[in-house]
Amino acid sequence: MYLFRKKENIELKEIKSKTHITDLLFEKTTLLFALLIIFLVFWIIYEMYKDSEASRQMFGWGFITSPEWEPVKEKFGALTFVYGTVVSSLIALAIALPVSLGIAVFLSELAPQIIKTTLSFLIEILAAIPSIVFGFWGIFVLAPFMRNVVQPFLESALGFIPFFSGTKIGFGLLTSGIVLAIMIIPIISSISRDVLKTIPQAQREAAYALGATRWEAIKMALLNAKSGILGATVLGLGRAVGETMAVTMVIGNRAQIKLSWFEPAYSMASVIANEFAEASGKLHLSALIEVGLVLFAVTFVINSMARLLIYSTTKKMTVK
Amino acid sequence: MEAAELLGNSGNLKRRKVINIIMLTLSVISALAAIIPLVYIFFYTAAAGISSINLDFFTELPKPVGEPGGGIANAIIGSIEIVGIGAAFGIPVGLLAGIYVAEYSKTMVANLVKFVTDVLSGIPSIIVGIFAYGVIVLQSKNFSAFAGGFALGILMIPTVTRMTEEMLKLVPLSLREASLALGIPRWKTTLRIVLRTASGGIITGILLAIARAAGETAPLLFTSFGNSFWAESLDSPTASLPVQIFNYAISPYEEWHNKAWAGAFVLITLVFVISLIVRIITKNKFHQSV
Amino acid sequence: MNEDITEIIKEPLNIDTVAAPHHVKPEKSVIAVGTKNLTVWFNERKGIEDINIDIKKDTVTAIIGPSGCGKSTFLRALNFMHDLTPGARVTGELNILGRNINDYNGVEIRKKVGMVFQKPNPFPTMSIYDNVISGLKLNGRYKKDFYDETVESSLVQAGLWSEVKDRLKVSAYNLSGGQQQRLCIARTLAVKPEIILMDEPTSALDPISTGSIENAIHDLKKKFTIIIVTHNMQQAARVSDHTAYFYLGKLIEHSKTSTVFTKPKEKLTEEYITGKFG
Ligand SMILES: Nc1ncnc2c1ncn2[C@@H]1O[C@H](COP(=O)(O)OP(=O)(O)O)[C@@H](O)[C@H]1O
Ligand SMILES: [Mg+2]
Repeated sequence: MYLFRKKENIELKEIKSKTHITDLLFEKTTLLFALLIIFLVFWIIYEMYKDSEASRQMFGWGFITSPEWEPVKEKFGALTFVYGTVVSSLIALAIALPVSLGIAVFLSELAPQIIKTTLSFLIEILAAIPSIVFGFWGIFVLAPFMRNVVQPFLESALGFIPFFSGTKIGFGLLTSGIVLAIMIIPIISSISRDVLKTIPQAQREAAYALGATRWEAIKMALLNAKSGILGATVLGLGRAVGETMAVTMVIGNRAQIKLSWFEPAYSMASVIANEFAEASGKLHLSALIEVGLVLFAVTFVINSMARLLIYSTTKKMTVK
Repeated sequence: MEAAELLGNSGNLKRRKVINIIMLTLSVISALAAIIPLVYIFFYTAAAGISSINLDFFTELPKPVGEPGGGIANAIIGSIEIVGIGAAFGIPVGLLAGIYVAEYSKTMVANLVKFVTDVLSGIPSIIVGIFAYGVIVLQSKNFSAFAGGFALGILMIPTVTRMTEEMLKLVPLSLREASLALGIPRWKTTLRIVLRTASGGIITGILLAIARAAGETAPLLFTSFGNSFWAESLDSPTASLPVQIFNYAISPYEEWHNKAWAGAFVLITLVFVISLIVRIITKNKFHQSV
Repeated sequence: MNEDITEIIKEPLNIDTVAAPHHVKPEKSVIAVGTKNLTVWFNERKGIEDINIDIKKDTVTAIIGPSGCGKSTFLRALNFMHDLTPGARVTGELNILGRNINDYNGVEIRKKVGMVFQKPNPFPTMSIYDNVISGLKLNGRYKKDFYDETVESSLVQAGLWSEVKDRLKVSAYNLSGGQQQRLCIARTLAVKPEIILMDEPTSALDPISTGSIENAIHDLKKKFTIIIVTHNMQQAARVSDHTAYFYLGKLIEHSKTSTVFTKPKEKLTEEYITGKFG
């Protein structure tokens, strides 16, 4: 230690302030809380892994591929829930993506300032409405409307596609897809708008200079922003996959896999919400926690991908 | 260049102009389409709920089915307790972690924390509920406001951290330098100058986190659970507004539905008011910095 | 092991005694800032290199030189301001008020060595009054009377008192740019430093505000050692006793201001002050 310092002194005497103890203490305290967040996430993962032990031992990977979920017989397989989650989320995405892009374009390229701020504000509120309210509204307004108007219409127009025929009860995959779409439009549209804003104005002007129409200039901006928009979309998908209450209230909660989107189904989050507090035994609880673990893994992968996509676009653009 | 390519294969001028108009119109329509459900939900909830809102609603306990009147005072107070516990835990953690990420942002840990915060904000809230169940309910052997508050606190952390970080980064370096140059230590500079300058935005973040937590249902289903009466203590099952709305909403009784609409209206109003406050604060902030 | 530690602790003190000869010289010639081979690195690049300079107490020294020559870099080395810059490293030897700077931590040194920046930067959340006492208040507790006195005396010294004495409680943002800069000077004075560093304090201001700040500097030099960076040579000539000319990170010349502006020793200095470049 002494030698090292001595040597350093001969070559280049470093001028450095002595550490201020309270400053150091403060930095380390904030660091501690920052680390607490990391610790918390790992703790969550550990806890879920540990508590799903019984179920994982019992069913292995078959848990994900088996459609059987019968608490009374102590048989647990999550396939029907995975199906319900995936299909309702994809329906939501198919509806939300075009609408959100339209909104993003409107907000970043077309709207005058005052409409821009008002609309942004309204979309912010839409994002903040609790999911229980969406679900409640879904039960009493959307589901009857689906049953009486939308589903009959879809069947008569598109009934040859198996998705759009079957018993019309209003609760099911399509209805929950629509509710989810409404819920994820704010996040997809606002992030897409932010990404579009990072595309330099000069690119659009270059397009106009070449005689492009407004839409053509916008289309070019959209193409350049595509990985960021993809990121926003994936993030929206993550939200849809993890959404619990609204889906629980409109999906019908029936563990089945049917081709028809009119049919009731069940999602991973919903089965946890419905059965957890009244689980019939240790294995049942453990299986529900394993469903949670799967849900966590799926959302984790989805969100990490989304973040990387968004970071990469916004960074690329700001460096330019 | 890309633009030239784009023009090259997009046909004659007339067709391009028509496409232009169609696409721009679609964009405006989608903007309108987003407003419709919002307005519809808001007014529907208001119309369905307002008739059940009276003084009793806020001050009385729920009545059994068939008996008229009663309120959901226990759920409102329960929500305040649970959100309060969550805030007491989540806000300090979020704030201090946010300070670390913003003020010592060059470190590896800061980047890692940023990423993990993003991950945490993407975890479905029901999973946080499972976690709180595992570490609190299972240990204490009963549902409690503590367990619910713990779950909500975790859910508040990412919002608070992110907002704190963003707002602190908006404070110009020159203010930090001014303060340090006066011989004010770095920690005091952060707390008394930087944090205070960013306080408007940070309060915004905290309000947002509280508003979101107040509406969370899923993580409370099996942590604070529910209760038709006053909770005996913070360590016993406690009613909350969102869970109460859920239970009423899926019940077959119309009076309960009305109560649920009224509860939903209260929640929406809360969200609306907080969003408005947030808007006003951030707008002033913006004007000041320009 | 124990011995090693005492060695290390003693070490800076030894350097200190080496630097002591400055103290021996009589009255006015006591050295406020003395550097030997002072070099500032930004990662592997040097911002300034091997600066050797002695700055006397209670004088005004102007630092001049073309933009990017290292004036700010030099100034910020004197109060540990480079601590904030990631990748910045300072080497060499630096004595402040006769003591090796390594004996101080940042907080201690900055109380002795105040700094005024190019752009006025009052605290936006505070009133004029609170801005002036911010350095005191955030470092300790004093009586209200003391605050009142300090506010008045600091604002008087900064030449701002008469303009703001009736509205001390309004936000500092209501002041004009020139007034804000004088407020920043007052805020620095309130901490009672011995040395004041000013980095182009008037470059963002109009001529009238510049005049009032130069007047303030004129009054201040009786009590403080002032080092002022300026790109305005008339200003250097007006306010300073000594002038140092920096070029490409090196100190080219340092003498009495009258000498530098009338018969500079170095060709480079002459070219610069006669406006051949810069
Ligand atoms: N934070 C920094 N990082 C890297 N290089 C810097 C930094 N600050 C200053 N420099 C470099 O050091 C040199 C001197 O800069 P500066 O002291 O600001 O010049 P002046 O104040 O004389 O205009 C310049 O070449 C500049 O690019
Ligand atoms: Mg400079």
